[in-house]
Amino acid sequence: MSELLIRNGFVFDPLQGIKGDRMDIGVKDGKIVEPGTLKNAKTIDAAGMTVMAGGVDIHSHVVGPKVNVGRLFRPEDKLFKSPYKSPTCSRMEMGSSVPSTFKTGYDYARMGYVFVNEAAMPPLHSPHVHEEIRDTPIIDNAAMPVFGNNWFTLEYLKNNEIENNAAYTAWLLRATRGFGIKVVNPGGSEAWGWGLNCVNIHDPVPYFDITPAEIVKGLIETNEFLGLPHSVHLHCNNLGNPGNYVDTIESLKLAEGYAPKNDFGREQVLHLTHLQFHSYGGDSWGNFESRAKDVMDYVNAHDNLTFDMGQVTLDETTTMTADGPFEHHLCSLNHLKWANVDVELETAAGVVPYIYSPKVKVCTIQWAVGLELALFSKDMMRTFITTDHPNAGPFTRYPQVITWLMSRAARDETMKTFKWLDKTIDATSIDSIDRELDLYEIAQMTRAGPAKALGISNTYGGLAPGMDADIAVYALNPENMPSDPTDIEKAFSRCAWLVKDGIVTVRDGEVIAEPAKRTVWVDVKVPENAQVQRDIYEHFLRHYSVKLDNYSLFDEHLHNPRVIEVDTTQ
Amino acid sequence: MPKKIENVGCPYCGVCCDDLVVTVSDDGKQILEVENACAIGNQIFHHATGSERVRLPRLRQPDGTYKDISYDEAVDYAAKVLHNAKKPLIYGFGSTNCEGMAAAAKVAEKAGAVLDNCASICHGSSFLAIFDNGYPSCTLGETKNRADVIVYWGANPAHAHPRHMSRYSIFPRGFFTGKGHKSRKIIVIDPRHTDTAQVADIYLQVKQGHDYDLFDAFRTAARGHEIPEEVAGIKRERILEVVEIMKKARFGTIFYGMGLCHSDGRNHNVDIAISLTRDLNDFTKWTIMAMRGHYNITGPGAVWSWQYGFPYCLDLTKRDIAHMNPGETSSVDLAMRDEVDAFFNVGTDAGAHFPIEAVKHLKKHPWITVDPNICMASEISDLHIPVGVVGVEVPGIVYRMDNVPIQYRKVIDPPEGVISDEELFERIHKRLCELEAEEAAKGPAKATPAGVRAEE
Repeated sequence: MSELLIRNGFVFDPLQGIKGDRMDIGVKDGKIVEPGTLKNAKTIDAAGMTVMAGGVDIHSHVVGPKVNVGRLFRPEDKLFKSPYKSPTCSRMEMGSSVPSTFKTGYDYARMGYVFVNEAAMPPLHSPHVHEEIRDTPIIDNAAMPVFGNNWFTLEYLKNNEIENNAAYTAWLLRATRGFGIKVVNPGGSEAWGWGLNCVNIHDPVPYFDITPAEIVKGLIETNEFLGLPHSVHLHCNNLGNPGNYVDTIESLKLAEGYAPKNDFGREQVLHLTHLQFHSYGGDSWGNFESRAKDVMDYVNAHDNLTFDMGQVTLDETTTMTADGPFEHHLCSLNHLKWANVDVELETAAGVVPYIYSPKVKVCTIQWAVGLELALFSKDMMRTFITTDHPNAGPFTRYPQVITWLMSRAARDETMKTFKWLDKTIDATSIDSIDRELDLYEIAQMTRAGPAKALGISNTYGGLAPGMDADIAVYALNPENMPSDPTDIEKAFSRCAWLVKDGIVTVRDGEVIAEPAKRTVWVDVKVPENAQVQRDIYEHFLRHYSVKLDNYSLFDEHLHNPRVIEVDTTQ
Repeated sequence: MPKKIENVGCPYCGVCCDDLVVTVSDDGKQILEVENACAIGNQIFHHATGSERVRLPRLRQPDGTYKDISYDEAVDYAAKVLHNAKKPLIYGFGSTNCEGMAAAAKVAEKAGAVLDNCASICHGSSFLAIFDNGYPSCTLGETKNRADVIVYWGANPAHAHPRHMSRYSIFPRGFFTGKGHKSRKIIVIDPRHTDTAQVADIYLQVKQGHDYDLFDAFRTAARGHEIPEEVAGIKRERILEVVEIMKKARFGTIFYGMGLCHSDGRNHNVDIAISLTRDLNDFTKWTIMAMRGHYNITGPGAVWSWQYGFPYCLDLTKRDIAHMNPGETSSVDLAMRDEVDAFFNVGTDAGAHFPIEAVKHLKKHPWITVDPNICMASEISDLHIPVGVVGVEVPGIVYRMDNVPIQYRKVIDPPEGVISDEELFERIHKRLCELEAEEAAKGPAKATPAGVRAEE
């Protein structure tokens, strides 16, 4: 196979502590090697440019049923908003806030990303998720099945049966070819089966009589019992409401006393996703305010937590979440169309279009909250860039988010467009923060950090010999950064080069090759558990609408798998 | 020893029963018995081996007869038809798997075709309503486990979806519905006293074509406002009674059928049905679901949405951007205006389903049918390409009416030499690429359309 030498770039690799040194990176047979071992390498001249590992997205809704509802029911998201097909790509690219699978793969590649973790997979729909993964080119995908409202999980945790819950979790990860434990509005989405919600973490789930707090703690115990690569990945209760920072901090406290147990280098026991949506003060939309400082004071002081931003990008977008009651609440606020899917025994989901406008005070405060979280953070290896795509904005806005984080001037420029600038400044701290992040910190937030939190930092997110040869080169000179922040955005929107698995995939921002993508999943060996087997058999016999034998993904529907094995029987 | 194969999915209707048990003869060639299926599903399996099948593509001869040709010749013919046509139409897909739909889309994109499915003449009006108003729905297991009120409106599952009522809605005992039928109220609304109406606790004989009025009355009454003495042929007291039942339900589902989307009002009927469902969610939990017809007619809506963002009526003729505008890009309208110059009928029977004027226009141009069976379309085609029967001879993913993907199995091999839809379209795609390359080699390449990328 071909050899490749990326010469003379400024290399940023937080996993190895490399901070912009001028180095060569060697590639052979799809892996990174010491440059000295290459014999006949093609050369990419990266002089004056920034070299990082391929990007890793820890939380993005890119494949699966609710994403597809978002595509199906919004033809307006295509009209005048889709680009013409690139002559160098094999397929058309349609959509903007919820792009087609092809556009998703191409756009991530153009930004220099190689790994995207689908944030919520309803287990019953796993064949659908894997069909879309097949049609998403270039990027490697993993998908997290949702557990926080699953009847098996609720029953086992109510009875404190961690071992049984672990056996069931292992079974479901295998059945869906899933990656880790996702929890969305624990208990609340089950309550939504009756049109209700769990309003705080001590509000018991109807019938199941277990609280969200017990669910989260039980799942953390399950996760560490199994030693999964990733931690519990939590979307807290009471998303999006004024004053919810109280519930958020209470949720964070649930992780106290737990330490990570795994062989994958992960150091957290709980990942908080789209924390921006959970850091609000006030008790109404009138006195809505940022509580990012309070939340970050807690996060900074506790090493066993990681979070991603969920940054609002001030776009028209499509919200979608397994938090069914929240979407119903949202549609009663904006009165737009509302799709909902309750999934038997497992979860729910809702989809509502939403316009984050710089003319609306709540939206501009939300914008400030997301940035504050990152700018107050003291550990960028635990702080990750996301937009909770497409909820707070499409992932194609990551370059804009990076620019806001790197440049006070860029933030000021955006704030000038706010209709309620004074009120926004009063309700937030954004105007008093001068911090500007550097490229090393951006590499932490977009590659090294997420890879480590996902437990895949032996393969993704770094440039050490032996790792996958996923390398992004950006036309940015750290010794001579552009004075105009929009140039930073441009450089991150279209990377100069992307090498994926050792294949030159993007050149000058255009996709020029479509190397085979992978499905990453976690296979956990657990001792045989007759009770769990019987429970599964019973629920499928009586309560599911599909047969047990047709539920687990057939091998023929799993595409180019990469298995991460975990053995708990040793 | 005959072999029993369990958990087999049924390739008939949108109920997608996946509990069939099929007994296959020792040599794996005959289907001997099918258990659990309805009469129609049963017939589909027996038909696969019980009758004479078309085993080779058949090409129409100048004298009007069909002549058997090889698959290679058929692929070449089909690719050339697509290559030479200015605006080919590829339509159908009610009865094939998602793998076939994805491959067909690849061909349509390459050929610059219009791509459409049977929703175009069926639940397309539901899509229009969903575009406007959303779709508060659930999976069928939710209805089974929770629902204590069921509404069938303009639908007759007793005939069209024979096991719908027993598997999901009226009769099954679910987790919170242990008493089954006894714990549920069944409301049927239909101008005809159908066989479904016979099992209803409450039957409302809505005046033909006045569904919208009745929905409106329901919404008005649900919000506590006055309604007239009689609406759409139903007395006020009766309406108020039903509205009370709906508001007091723990969990309800409205199943609606062609009676809404193909009577006067069409998408507006569906739209107000969705609005009623939204309204009821202010009181309790309600969901709504379209009674999709064929077992995988939900499939193309799903596959093409993730590939292009549109569920049906996709105009890919520009080759670099997709466009959907039902009325302009819908199959029957295109055919009536004689706008297409080649027609692919895939896994359906446009010969039987389209208006005769549309068929006459389509018939002026090359017509290719891809279907396992002999049907009206296959008998008027220029080329009939047989394929394996999905769910019997070809496995694959299909989407149930509630968008739940079901993994179908194969129980026997297709007749020797017969290929799947997916393989056929992959081969046509390959041949199309060759034809394009040949043309490019001949002369100067066609200029690529000079599009401006939207983001720049």
